[in-house]
Amino acid sequence: MASTHVTKRAKYKTTIKDPGTPGTLRMTFEKILFVPHNPKSAGKLDVEFRYIKGQKHTKEGSNKPPWLNLTNNQNGSFIFEFENYSDLQECRDFVGKVLAKGGEVSEKPTVAYPDEQLSAAEMELRIKLLQEDSELQKLHKQFVLSGVLTETEFWATRKKLLDREASKKTKQRLGFKSAMISDIKPSTDGRTNKVTFNLTPEVILQIFAEKPAVHRAFLSYVPNKMSERTFWTKYFRAEYLHSTKNSIAAAAEAAEDEELAVFLKQDDILASEARKKIRRVDPTLDMEADEGDDYTHLPDHGILREGSKEMTESQNELYKRSLSQDINRHAAVVLEGRAVDVELEDTKAVAEALAQSKQKSSNKGESDGDTSRERLDRLSRMTEIEDLQGPNTLPLAPLCIKDPRDYFDSQQANALRSSGDALGEIKQIKCGLSTQEVYGSLRESISSIRAMGLKEPIVKPEVAHQVFDALTNSISNTKYHIGKNPQESVLDRLPRKTKEELLHHWTSILELLKHFWASYPITTTYLYVKVNRLKDAMSNIYPQLESAIKFRRLRDLSHQSFGIRFPSLFVQCIRL
Amino acid sequence: MASAPSKLYADDVSLVVVLLDTNPFFWSSSSLSFSQFLSHVLAFLNAILTLNQLNQVVVIATGYNSCDYVFDSSSDLNRSFENGRMPVMCSSLLQKLEEFLIKDEQLSKEEPEGKIKSSLFSGSLSMALCYIQRVFRSGALYPHPRILCLQGSPDGPEQYVAIMNAIFSAQRSSVPIDSCYLGSQNSAFLQQASYITGGVHHKPQNLDGLFQYLMTIFATDLHSRSFIHLPKPVGVDFRASCFCHKNTIDMGYICSVCLSIFCKHHKKCSTCGSVFGQAQSEVASASDKKRKTPET
Repeated sequence: MASTHVTKRAKYKTTIKDPGTPGTLRMTFEKILFVPHNPKSAGKLDVEFRYIKGQKHTKEGSNKPPWLNLTNNQNGSFIFEFENYSDLQECRDFVGKVLAKGGEVSEKPTVAYPDEQLSAAEMELRIKLLQEDSELQKLHKQFVLSGVLTETEFWATRKKLLDREASKKTKQRLGFKSAMISDIKPSTDGRTNKVTFNLTPEVILQIFAEKPAVHRAFLSYVPNKMSERTFWTKYFRAEYLHSTKNSIAAAAEAAEDEELAVFLKQDDILASEARKKIRRVDPTLDMEADEGDDYTHLPDHGILREGSKEMTESQNELYKRSLSQDINRHAAVVLEGRAVDVELEDTKAVAEALAQSKQKSSNKGESDGDTSRERLDRLSRMTEIEDLQGPNTLPLAPLCIKDPRDYFDSQQANALRSSGDALGEIKQIKCGLSTQEVYGSLRESISSIRAMGLKEPIVKPEVAHQVFDALTNSISNTKYHIGKNPQESVLDRLPRKTKEELLHHWTSILELLKHFWASYPITTTYLYVKVNRLKDAMSNIYPQLESAIKFRRLRDLSHQSFGIRFPSLFVQCIRL
Repeated sequence: MASAPSKLYADDVSLVVVLLDTNPFFWSSSSLSFSQFLSHVLAFLNAILTLNQLNQVVVIATGYNSCDYVFDSSSDLNRSFENGRMPVMCSSLLQKLEEFLIKDEQLSKEEPEGKIKSSLFSGSLSMALCYIQRVFRSGALYPHPRILCLQGSPDGPEQYVAIMNAIFSAQRSSVPIDSCYLGSQNSAFLQQASYITGGVHHKPQNLDGLFQYLMTIFATDLHSRSFIHLPKPVGVDFRASCFCHKNTIDMGYICSVCLSIFCKHHKKCSTCGSVFGQAQSEVASASDKKRKTPET
């Protein structure tokens, strides 16, 4: 669907009952143009895609003719009738694409960086997320388009959002049942001695997944050596022998029938797989057992199969199989998940599909060179002995971090400190002069002021200005208002625009801080450059905050001595 | 409250009673000189009188041994003190102040060393309240009264009871007590007074700009205070002094009959005469130990 326009023959109907004007429908990215065949008829339509809100169409399987209904902003609709459903499909896809693109605000779609392969689906997801959340869009515009953060970094912290969007589209895959359907019981016919086993492809898939030896046997024996029916008869014979726990009889029959022996022996494929898995286990895994795990002192792990508790001899070990083994194997297969997705039609198909999927997974496992090196790296990192390491001199990008208590508690501390002086003994006024002298000096001051008049000027303008500033600041200090009214917050006293601006600054600083701390420890130059870039961006926000608040303060001083001091909010922003 | 509100003038007519601290011991050791202080205060008083034609100002001097009225703007005796260099009001005030200081000196007696040199704040507060009561009972209309204390001397714990009584009666008559503390420490009495009566307390950081502080904070009349924000203190020091030794305490004993505060256990309450100690029944224990902490 890479075409930039679609041209189809269609009929334009204004309402459902309208027979429709035949003509040509041409759709480009910008608009829809419908020109009727008959130039005299009035059905010409020229609508821009900006006005189209959505689309509806009739279903293919129904008996209705193929109609496409485009709804516009004013709740009107344009109905087009196509000649066949494939036309309808094409047009529908085209309209869908244009509608999705139409909501995009930025001029061009974001460029995919060469170090990241972005699929079209991924791009669509991101654009959709940006459209839905305007806050996200603002942050995206502010940081990514100005180069502070790269596209990858921005979306790296939002994987959860993207995954959620993606998973909405994909259907959930059904896993295996946790009931052991492979352990099927036959139905008996009361009259004859025959027993009938019912096998569905689902059951067969489970049997093959749990018992790879049986799977291998099936692939090799059927249809060369024996028919499917014989195969399953032998399999169930083996199962019967297992269930009777008669290992002697099992050994006897295995000696006779070679194919039966395959089913009776231990599964060697399983064994080798288990060995491989054990080799790959991460030694740093903490498998500390607690009391709840203690079942080992009970024989057979406490599970009794059909009530028997005897210990059988070891020579028939080969033909023994315990319930715990069965259950564990089943559980392992269920947790691995369904490897085969195709529709199961018959046994042969099932077997082959399973074989194919196993082949793929074993190929993956063969690229072991890289993975083992990775594992060794990780091991060495996790088991490092810290006091034997050398000094860790990674670079730092220092932030300007101030103790927030300086802003909040300084006034309080001053007040308490000075009242602390008054605790206990009150300092006496040390007066070395006698009574006469002090009275004399006081009278002297009065005479001097009578002689000279009042001080000129009463108070110096700079001093007055200082005093007035300090008073205004302390009066408007929000710490007197915080906590008094539970409904009110500092932000509510600001006008809406300032409040939104402040909140936006706050979210952007949080975003930057997230990326800042995520890049520590700084081990590469790229990280160091990134960290400095983030630091500069953060310090650029301070003057913006100041101007937002200062403007507000100056305006308010004109009619009242009222203003907002913002250090609490400001410190919240840089609080680390 | 006591006075009928209909007898008050509407709006911002105010009667300001200023309690001026003239404790010579304080002024001799203060960073602000007394003459500078007087300049600030005199200009401020002038300003109050110009705010409204009907405003009245009364000044009471708080001395070391006595208190006296030194200025009343509504009296007619101001004419006689003409002086070319300053307004009539100021010269009369200064004249009266000087006379007061002479009288106060004559009243001074020998005192033991180590006594806190505090001024008679309780006396001047009581005089102010008496004046206000007289205004209440006179005439058809009267202005909104308030008291402004310009204190620098430290608190004298022996005056605790008298000051608290005065504060409560001011609260009852809804007369706010504003206070401006000029000393170096904090004054618990002034903080409590302003807090209880609904006035404003402030301790200026910069004494050179005292006039600016007075004009910004203390010149606002009671009507305007409903919509003008004034500085609030961070916390109020609610410590009391004990009745027996006049020490400032924050933990002590209280008589449950009259609520007198004692720092040590007593057999008998000195204020109301009730007997403490083992009573007839186990429940009655007349003296409870109660804790008074500074409220923040």
